[in-house]
Amino acid sequence: MSANSINNIESLNEFQLDALREIGNIGAGNAATALATLLSDRVNMSVPVLNIMNVEDVTKVLGGPENPVVGILMTLSEDVKGVIMLVFEEKFLSVVIKTLLGQEIDSLNNLSEMDRSVFMEIGNIMSSTYLNALAAMTGLSIQISTPDICADMAGAIMSVPASIFGMTGDKVLMLQEDFIGEEHITSHLIMLPEIDSLNAILKSLGAE
Amino acid sequence: MKIASGDDILITYALGSCVGTCLYDKTAKVIGLSHVLLSNSDLCSNDSNVYKYANTAIKELVRAMRVKGAAVHRMTAKIAGGAQMFTNNTLKVGERNIIAVVDELNILGIRIVASDVGENYGRTMECYANDGRVMIKSFTKGNQII
Repeated sequence: MSANSINNIESLNEFQLDALREIGNIGAGNAATALATLLSDRVNMSVPVLNIMNVEDVTKVLGGPENPVVGILMTLSEDVKGVIMLVFEEKFLSVVIKTLLGQEIDSLNNLSEMDRSVFMEIGNIMSSTYLNALAAMTGLSIQISTPDICADMAGAIMSVPASIFGMTGDKVLMLQEDFIGEEHITSHLIMLPEIDSLNAILKSLGAE
Repeated sequence: MKIASGDDILITYALGSCVGTCLYDKTAKVIGLSHVLLSNSDLCSNDSNVYKYANTAIKELVRAMRVKGAAVHRMTAKIAGGAQMFTNNTLKVGERNIIAVVDELNILGIRIVASDVGENYGRTMECYANDGRVMIKSFTKGNQII
């Protein structure tokens, strides 16, 4: 193990990747619990997926570029900088609104203000619980922005983090976690940390 | 970046803040499609991917189309994308991409004959080599030919 910090995402070793997967897993466990509490239902999580990919390919990760989804985007600042997103599939959206508001959604194009604030709040709660776990394990301070929402094609939504990270290099590291509830309602949590923040996380875990 | 001729169709899916540029030479029936993520390669110092940036991708598309028999003076352009997907996005990536693509086309002397850019929704772009028709698909506006 070297004491040097990495300056290239592709030079992360297996030990470091495992450490990142593990903190992702613990964070996601907390987020899944928060979601299950909100919905009063059982929520299963996938094995965390850690991908190092070309920036352009970020737009292809969520069930095809034209998959209709709602994305909740938040940016991170202080010790950990980057982007965290919650992405909700169509079926998830309708079940959530039915469960929490007792209403139907007819189309992603005309979500009401109430629908939108429900999704932003769920995104906010899930990402905050995820990041609280990360902050507690690393001792790092993480500030999260207010959530922003977009209902559209998955690829078009993901072009936003792709363009942010495209300014710093051609590769990104993406942690992805899928949550699946009853009736196969699916949501995804995606975190893209900047490379300096990855170093800070690895250092705090003794995995530099 | 893709180039086609004959009855082929070129597609780029789900443009968000990215801009798609379709160039067409009606006489040679050669069509080309570029999909740029960012406006200028100066934004990123350690990246040699010319297809990602407006200031390098359009030139490269023109060069590759000329190899296939197209001529710059016969080319026309149709552009789409450059949306602002999220309201708080202060970087204005979409708007900058549109400006950069339009500037680049002006420099090359290629006329823009149709565009569907800006606003806040994603677009898929389908380009038909046999007549230069471009279909824009979106959730908000459905399908339209430009």
